[in-house]
Amino acid sequence: MKFALLVNEGPYQHQAADSAWHFACAALARGHGISRVFFYHDGVYNGTRLGVVPQDERHIPERWSALAEEHGVDLVICVAAAQRRGILDAAEGRRHGKGTDNLAEGFRIGGLGQLIESGIEADRLLVFGD
Amino acid sequence: MTTLHLVNKSPFEKDAFDSCLRHALPGSAVLLIEDGIYGALRGTPPGDRLQQATAQQCYVLEADLQARGFGSEALVKDVQMVDYDGFVELAVAHDLVQSWL
Repeated sequence: MKFALLVNEGPYQHQAADSAWHFACAALARGHGISRVFFYHDGVYNGTRLGVVPQDERHIPERWSALAEEHGVDLVICVAAAQRRGILDAAEGRRHGKGTDNLAEGFRIGGLGQLIESGIEADRLLVFGD
Repeated sequence: MTTLHLVNKSPFEKDAFDSCLRHALPGSAVLLIEDGIYGALRGTPPGDRLQQATAQQCYVLEADLQARGFGSEALVKDVQMVDYDGFVELAVAHDLVQSWL
């Protein structure tokens, strides 16, 4: 079965990002697919690569990146939510003259079209938020 | 068409738990995750309301129950514990998954 996930909250503040990640891992381990994880609202903070986490603590953005690398999960960050919060890929960083970018490995910037597409194409869309 | 309802808020904090119980149709399932597990505790008013709502089967995510210091003995009768694998299987078994955020 093909799952898509929507994550509406940032890491470390709410449990949503953890719950979504655990669900994704369990689904993949059982042979299901995760076609996409869409990050919206404060959820876009899951996609920064500048976070520095104590070594004995879970690194939430890196956990997502690993899912993308190992299982080909499409990690999509909402462009409008991301720009307001300072999450930029290289192209957006250049376009806005910021001189830098901070999008983590395996994430890409997208739009609500990708969320709608997931709702249509996936067998189930699960929402994790606060 | 069956629905899996996800409640992640404590009934002592928000109305999502009671709204869910009022709206969930017979044959649907309710899975309590995160702070939602506080809705299934024995000897509490929300736990009593859950026990009276017999139209839906209720589940609790074990990891979130344990993370809050409770075990299966704290649950009201007929509530089942599931792990994340069980969560996935519940999502597969129902046509829709509705989060009560």
